[in-house]
Amino acid sequence: MRHIISILLENESGALSRVAGLFSARGYNIESLTVAPTEDASLSRLTLVTRGNDQIIEQIVKQLNKLVDVVKLVDLTEGPHIERELMMAKIRASGESRAEMYRLVEIFRGHVLDVTEGTYTVELTGPGDKLDAFIATVGDESIVEVVRSGVTGIARGPKGLHV
Amino acid sequence: MELTGAEIVVRCLKEEGVEVLFGYPGGAVLHIYDALHVQDEVKHVLVRHEQAAAHAADGYARASGKPGVCLVTSGPGLTNAVTGIATAYMDSIPMVILSGQVPTKLIGNDAFQECDSVGITRPCVKHNFLVRDVRDLAETIKKAFYIATTGRPGPVLVDLPKDVTGARAEFDYPKKIKMRSYNPTVKGHSGQIRKATELLAQAKRAMIYTGGGVVLSDGSKELIELTRMLGFPITNTLMGLGAYPATDRQFVGMLGMHGTYESNMAMHHCDVLFAVGARFDDRVTGNLEKFCPTARIIHIDIDPSSISKNVAVEIPIVGSVPNVLRQMITILKEEGLEPDREALARWWQQIDEWRAIKSLGYRNSDTIIKPQYVIEQLYHVTDGQAIVTSDVGQHQMWAAQYYLFDRPRQWINSGGLGTMGFGLPAAMGAKLAFPDVDVACVTGEGSIQMMLQELSTMKQYHTPVKIVNLNNQYLGMVRQWQEFFYEKRYSMSYMEALPDFVKLAEAYGHVGMKIERPADVEGALREAFAMKDRTVFLDFMTDPEENVFPMIPSGGGQNEMLLAGRDAMKNRHEEGMILV
Repeated sequence: MRHIISILLENESGALSRVAGLFSARGYNIESLTVAPTEDASLSRLTLVTRGNDQIIEQIVKQLNKLVDVVKLVDLTEGPHIERELMMAKIRASGESRAEMYRLVEIFRGHVLDVTEGTYTVELTGPGDKLDAFIATVGDESIVEVVRSGVTGIARGPKGLHV
Repeated sequence: MELTGAEIVVRCLKEEGVEVLFGYPGGAVLHIYDALHVQDEVKHVLVRHEQAAAHAADGYARASGKPGVCLVTSGPGLTNAVTGIATAYMDSIPMVILSGQVPTKLIGNDAFQECDSVGITRPCVKHNFLVRDVRDLAETIKKAFYIATTGRPGPVLVDLPKDVTGARAEFDYPKKIKMRSYNPTVKGHSGQIRKATELLAQAKRAMIYTGGGVVLSDGSKELIELTRMLGFPITNTLMGLGAYPATDRQFVGMLGMHGTYESNMAMHHCDVLFAVGARFDDRVTGNLEKFCPTARIIHIDIDPSSISKNVAVEIPIVGSVPNVLRQMITILKEEGLEPDREALARWWQQIDEWRAIKSLGYRNSDTIIKPQYVIEQLYHVTDGQAIVTSDVGQHQMWAAQYYLFDRPRQWINSGGLGTMGFGLPAAMGAKLAFPDVDVACVTGEGSIQMMLQELSTMKQYHTPVKIVNLNNQYLGMVRQWQEFFYEKRYSMSYMEALPDFVKLAEAYGHVGMKIERPADVEGALREAFAMKDRTVFLDFMTDPEENVFPMIPSGGGQNEMLLAGRDAMKNRHEEGMILV
């Protein structure tokens, strides 16, 4: 099962490598990982996507909690939540396909950020599977370059994750 | 008044009540050595190799229960200590390692004797710090001791750049420390404790299985009281020996790969398993698919990640062992809960039948020294009172099997990492913690040569230890596996060109003895232990091809033990060949 784990981490040097090191040392996989400061300068928020059965996820959560730099964490996939990822893609768009590409971007509610004679550079946000769907629809032969931010997320409802 | 960083380090050690520091100087820690030189409250022991500094601090911690402290320089000083740090980490030993580092402005420049100490040690410490500002120094050291000694203990490293130990700051040692990200649970969940106690009282064939956690948390007293109230059989892991007196009738011996037949059979057939401060290690469980097939399991551990890691547990209790056990004792008394005495009597009858097999029996000889006999005599000569450290291999198993440990912190060995070379420096550390107690280091000619240089430290600091070298001229455990699983192809397990250990001991200023006949074993040990103020190296020439039995071969279940004298190859599992 795919899980999105969101972590409040002490904003100390080396804290990120403790999380990454834990995953490699214990053989867990990381599908994506994002990290940035929060409104509280002493904390970073780290969101990671991993896969595993219940027993593995339980161990991952326990092992993460054991890290001294981890202040708090939540498995977002345990409850209702919102997931977003940002993607920028450079796609081939010339001749007959140029108008078709533009329509496709609009259907996926993307924006065009840059235009050249033969390409569009577009921005899309959404859950990971929406971005996957866009890439599949455009087709490999039309993709020049893709960058994705990795998944970030937040729980639904009035409560927030803080110290 | 402002102090230098180096002076702050020494003051912190005094505030923490550190009596002895094991270390080795070098460029990056010279400021600290200068500050140590002008005081005499913290005794510094100059080891001959940084690995020994870590092992000695570790041995000191295991024997005394206080955190062990060591000090090493940057680069190779730290990398040499890594084996010792990893050893302590695997066995959850409270330790603080202070390492020198190149000045902050040179960090990352590949400076002389620079290495990424925090990066290198990250996977084998409970936590580590790099101090970049002298004003953070005292608080960081306080945190290091706090983290090392609370919760599930472990080693904590503090990396100290040379400019930080040279700079000045006000010294203000925090009385208490509070960390929002680190709050170990001590008190167990009362509902879970009640459920566990009730389940124990209903058991017909209960088994108590306890590990190093009982020793680390000083929970032996509570464990003994509860075990006697319940009347259940109890086994200790290799790390847990001594937590329950080995000479007590309810003790069924160590369990696991080289545990007794009765303890492993009782594990396999129990209906309720009560695991206390133990972590279901692969050397204990054997094949997980065959582990305790009929048991409902209760598990107390201070580390939530130890629970249901290898084996799913029905009633987990996160908390400190003595704390939880005390609550269980109270519930038993208040509710007047009693186990089913008739069922228990039948269970003991079954266990006594397993016991009657005498799985630790061996055939002694008049002509060649059996290693088991040496350990039995060591037990006899020391009245079972010595602190025994060991290295790693066959001798370690024989020491665990044949020396009956009646008190916690009496048995000191590298159980998790299995570090050859651990025994001698650990013995030195234990002797410094308890100068008046006999300390024996049970070792082999392979292990002892990994840390031999410490004989020199032991001379300098006068730590009279008795070294019991079971010299079979083989890396015995390797040879045993090659005999069983590689058709006796003894690849690189024979030790040629061994030194004359008697002369070697004498060269270091100690006493050396070579013992070749069984009839001389007891006399030699008596003579050695009578020399209270000397380190004695007893080189016992033992049966080269003696094997450790009983044994659960890899891939086997706990009910599939090989006993001495039977065909060792009989129960070989193909899947076991890929396990270690």
